[in-house]
Amino acid sequence: MKARVTVTLKSGILDPQGKAIEGALRSLGMNGIASVRQGKVFEIEIEGTDRAGVETLLKTAAERLLANTVIENYRVEIVG
Amino acid sequence: MNSAVLVFPGINRERDMARALRLISGREPAMVWHADTALPAGTDLVVIPGGFSYGDYLRCGAIAARAPIMEAVRAFAHEGGLVLAVCNGFQIACEAGLLPGVLMRNAQLRFICRDVYLRVERSDTPFTRGYNAGQVIRVPVAHGEGNYIADGETVARLEGEGRVVFRYASPDGMIDPDWNHNGAMNAIAGIINARGNVLGMMPHPENHVEAVMGRTDGRGLFAGLVDHFAQAA
Repeated sequence: MKARVTVTLKSGILDPQGKAIEGALRSLGMNGIASVRQGKVFEIEIEGTDRAGVETLLKTAAERLLANTVIENYRVEIVG
Repeated sequence: MNSAVLVFPGINRERDMARALRLISGREPAMVWHADTALPAGTDLVVIPGGFSYGDYLRCGAIAARAPIMEAVRAFAHEGGLVLAVCNGFQIACEAGLLPGVLMRNAQLRFICRDVYLRVERSDTPFTRGYNAGQVIRVPVAHGEGNYIADGETVARLEGEGRVVFRYASPDGMIDPDWNHNGAMNAIAGIINARGNVLGMMPHPENHVEAVMGRTDGRGLFAGLVDHFAQAA
């Protein structure tokens, strides 16, 4: 089973890297970009077919290591 | 004072720290590998040194914070043992839940390696008893992620309980955005936990302890700790 865990900064948390990327996109002449927030994507392969079990496992992984829930949100998706 | 310095893969300031501890306490610190599960018997002070544990992968300090030795450190702190966490150590302590908040990327996005001025906010902790409250000390920083943030409630609690012990300041002790090199909230450079036995700080006091280094401003922190244990004995 393949899964994806997406970790993003919570709203209100300053993201200086996102701001720098936003500025770089504007300087490339890409108008209309209102804001950019940077995050992380983890592509994970898991053995087993129990979707509920896999979701629980990945939520635990996100809570315990992949995300710092003080500043970040996470989303778990099973993609195939 | 018997010290234990934790060693994680990628840490590179553990020998500076050990040298400062040896010089000022007169005892050889134990170097404790991250995969160990126990601290040496009789440890008075645990030091989480600076460096780049696990190459700062994932988030600074995130992987080291989950190392086997950290369970022992958590138990040690829970029993009131003193923990000094410097630079990457501060990041590790926050990731491990020993201290609140997070060290984010410096506001200017640059790695900053230079001396800064710190205002010592209080002298009634085991870590700061070698200084006077309001005293300004000059110590080096070397970090890319030292911008302390926490939610409003946490910061209000830290301030209300007097748990901010070091702040970035001007040479005459004024809190000024121009002297807050990394953009930390309330110019926070170092905090203690609620019990007052865990200190996390971004600057490196261990690098200003000998005349040959140009300054000895960091010595007060270690001398104060030695004094604390001498008084307790």
